[in-house]
Amino acid sequence: MTKGIITSIVSNLITIKANGPISQNEICHVLRGQISLRAEVIRIKGSIAFAQVFEETRGIKIGDEVNFTGQMLEVELGPGILSKNYDGLQNDLDKMGGTFLRIGEITEPLDADVFYDFKPIATKGDRVSAGEWLGEVKENWMNHKIMVPFAMVETYEVLSVIKAGDYNKDTAIAVLQDEKGQKHEITMVQRWPVKRAISAYKMKNRPFEILQTGLRVIDTLNPITEGGTGYIPGPFGTGKTVLQQAIAKNGEADIVIIVACGERANEVVEIFTEFPELIDPRSGRKLQERTTIICNTSNMPVAAREASVYVGMTLAEYYRNMGLKVLLLADSTSRWAQALREMSNRLEELPGPDAFPVELSAIIANFYSRAGVVELNNSTTGSVTFIGTISPVGGNFKEPVTESTSKVARCFYALSQKRADAKRYPAIDALASYSKYLDYDEFVEFADQHIQEGWVNLVKKVKDIVQLGLEAKDQIDILGDDAVPPEYHVNFWKAELIDFGFIQQDSFDEVDMSTSIERQRAMLNRFYKISVMDFPFSDFQEIGSYFKKLINLFKQMNYVPLDSNEFRKFENDLDLMLQPYATPVATT
Amino acid sequence: MKKKAFQRIYTEISAITKATCDVRAEGIGYQELAWVNGRPAQVIRIVDDLVTLQVFPGTEGISTKTEIVFSGNPPQLNVSDLFCGRFLNAYGDPFDDGPPVEGEARPIGGQTVNPVRRIKPSHLLATGIAGIDLNNTLVTGQKIPFFADPDQPYNSVLAEVAMRAEADRIILGGMGLSYDDYIFFKEIFTNRGVLDRIVSFINTSEDPPLERLLIPDMTCTAAEYFANEKKEKVLVLLTDMTLYADALAIVSNKMDQIPSKDSMPGSLYSDLARIYEKAVQFAHGGSITIVAVTTLNEGDITHAIPDNTGYITEGQLFLKKDTYTGKVIVDPFRSLSRLKQNVIGKKTREDHPQVMNALIRLYADAMQARTKKENGFDLNDYDERCMKFALDYSNEILAVDINITIPEMLDRGWSLFERYFEKYEVGIKEMFIQKYWLGTADM
Repeated sequence: MTKGIITSIVSNLITIKANGPISQNEICHVLRGQISLRAEVIRIKGSIAFAQVFEETRGIKIGDEVNFTGQMLEVELGPGILSKNYDGLQNDLDKMGGTFLRIGEITEPLDADVFYDFKPIATKGDRVSAGEWLGEVKENWMNHKIMVPFAMVETYEVLSVIKAGDYNKDTAIAVLQDEKGQKHEITMVQRWPVKRAISAYKMKNRPFEILQTGLRVIDTLNPITEGGTGYIPGPFGTGKTVLQQAIAKNGEADIVIIVACGERANEVVEIFTEFPELIDPRSGRKLQERTTIICNTSNMPVAAREASVYVGMTLAEYYRNMGLKVLLLADSTSRWAQALREMSNRLEELPGPDAFPVELSAIIANFYSRAGVVELNNSTTGSVTFIGTISPVGGNFKEPVTESTSKVARCFYALSQKRADAKRYPAIDALASYSKYLDYDEFVEFADQHIQEGWVNLVKKVKDIVQLGLEAKDQIDILGDDAVPPEYHVNFWKAELIDFGFIQQDSFDEVDMSTSIERQRAMLNRFYKISVMDFPFSDFQEIGSYFKKLINLFKQMNYVPLDSNEFRKFENDLDLMLQPYATPVATT
Repeated sequence: MKKKAFQRIYTEISAITKATCDVRAEGIGYQELAWVNGRPAQVIRIVDDLVTLQVFPGTEGISTKTEIVFSGNPPQLNVSDLFCGRFLNAYGDPFDDGPPVEGEARPIGGQTVNPVRRIKPSHLLATGIAGIDLNNTLVTGQKIPFFADPDQPYNSVLAEVAMRAEADRIILGGMGLSYDDYIFFKEIFTNRGVLDRIVSFINTSEDPPLERLLIPDMTCTAAEYFANEKKEKVLVLLTDMTLYADALAIVSNKMDQIPSKDSMPGSLYSDLARIYEKAVQFAHGGSITIVAVTTLNEGDITHAIPDNTGYITEGQLFLKKDTYTGKVIVDPFRSLSRLKQNVIGKKTREDHPQVMNALIRLYADAMQARTKKENGFDLNDYDERCMKFALDYSNEILAVDINITIPEMLDRGWSLFERYFEKYEVGIKEMFIQKYWLGTADM
């Protein structure tokens, strides 16, 4: 293997004089005494390699030795990934000793001492290719498929598959033979370079099926789909992280992968603390069992930030190939972009907008495109749904990261400072946000069949009512309460009712934090019925206090379980209040 | 700064800027500490045998023929209990008249705590200020800045928080502190009889700006000693972080780096995060809580320094003078403590979250009413009640000079609800209304 010595050091960028061939994105090890630091080659000039070091460079000296590996940054794929807490390079954080991270410490991502209950799927004589299933093991409660490694590009004949039983990850579970007659032993583990998309499937489809998040402003008003993409930009303090955590808890996915990229350590600690306790309502199992966390917090090495999002995506793609619904969350993609900027700057490249590298837009587009719903070779489907948060500079959405993302992501959840200041949470601006899936014929059809006939239309009508309310508010603010006709006040309050009763949701209340799509459907119909009723009040003060009472009832209802006695009591009160103005709203 | 036998000594400088100098040297480690003509300096770039040093006191008067001594170590701090009550400078040497601090030498800016070894911060840190305890409750292990305009009394509020908070140890990091404020801190620590649990690292506005770069690391290294080894609850005060960031910009500029927004280095986020992330709750009970000050330019929080800070810290506190009552309050709208959810209604009384939110919402309605009034519109009955409520809320609960417990704050909140509003107008869960709405309007 090629060796080299260090010739310069500026922060986490080093240059290395190499004595042999080197390749772009190759991983090398810097030897500092007993410690070995991983670095990635990011530019080559003659025999000089420029490399970003994934660890702190303090104490490195000119002339320190470097060993090149010939490999790009890879992850280890196999059973045991779920419930793990990894750093940005897939080191298992729980296996590290001591309170403080030690420079250069490397730990095994998977566990060699765990025996998995293996059941064969393929049989002798089958013809198989990359990504196809040879057998499965139980990982927590999930069926984890053992596949033909993605790197094996030919068609193979299955010579043997081991019989059902308990084996560890390194056991050869099958022997395959390629066209040249060469035999390959397959274990439960394979490796894959993170910057390459895994494409061992038949085809990618257009997403159409809703991925429920339990959040009304998303599921009903701006739905995301299985295999869809979304982004959440927001100034600090508008609740990005709370929102992402709520989605991680309640998102209707088989697997959730959370990438904490350059954000606060205490936020990750919250997940570490809560997820082992919380129950996933669909499976009845602990949330932790379906979750993997990749954690490169803001005080961990900057260069590993980029790696962390790619590691997350690669793990997600791996599980997608098992026919599972994977939800990938990254908080925040801006930190990744900043890491790219720092490095580009140190390489003295000519800067693009706001000193970001010029290829930023292409990098982001490429990354988001790795999400999607795919049909596997055996015709089952799997999906990776990706939602990234963005921390726009100065809270202004006109900045390179937000703009580049807006070109590729299909759902946009705009967090509004104004709503956050008014403590209207989630602070998603329902009107400024959008979901392009609402315009997909496939989605409309899906909603007609699975939610309610004409659903998308109803959603659009309700959005119009909110819009009308906003316009009425503008008029009232300009002209004064008295100077506008009472209808303006009624319109304003109808929109407020939808805001307080439907859009706002208390993510810290056990009941209100997550609403099923069935309950959302019932609620939306109820609001729509009220919004087309006439309220012939003549005095605007009367309108205000009437609607405040309505709002209060709706809020109380949201806090109690559907079909509880309290719910029925509030529902009854509501019907009584509405009775004078129309026929009572029946329970839907 | 005593020289030792094995240290490498050079005498030729090949380039000098206002902040840095270059020297040809071999076997030098990245970030190593050196002395240029006796002035402390640190290695920030090595290209072949050309070493760039950032000279903390500045390069004024440095000649190309000057003695440069490399220490073989990164900057270090001697840690021990002898710290207590002392005022030290950016190098950990006495700023006061006392003797040098003896102790174990530790490299500053040490390693990151493994995130899985952290504990979720959920111990209340009460200050007696309602703008904090009621609306933006702090917990140990949290990091939070005051965003303040230069004319606001941020240092006295900071000192007040430090004096009232239940902490075993207070470490003050002063960057570009005016000499007057240094005296102020010294006096308040002495007069309140708490000097023995305080360590201060001081860089005044008279001292060289680059020395400020060392203050946060010195402060946090001392904090880690007390929090991790002595298992103490440590409160770190950093003022003013804007001046720290300005010093970063100087070095980055002299290194010919392309600036990003507001002339700040592109690595500003990481540079600030490295400091603030030292805030931690350890499993053994020790903790580091960081309360900082970031001064703003006319309240502009979109400037790169407060903007990056806001994304790092767990909330922010805004000071504001309430013009209607003349009291300094912590602005209930723009302030936020992200970790309050870990304690409110759990470690504090059950009605805390709802009472807090209802008070703020009604206060917001009052602000709207004020705007209406200022624009010459007639006020309705609800507007009038909200405005009266806002005066009492500010005077009886929010003012920073009030020092009461959280249950008292909540009780005062309920009494204000009853004084001005109907039950349905406060929008609080039925079960709390039944329990806490007493039906007696006065306190």
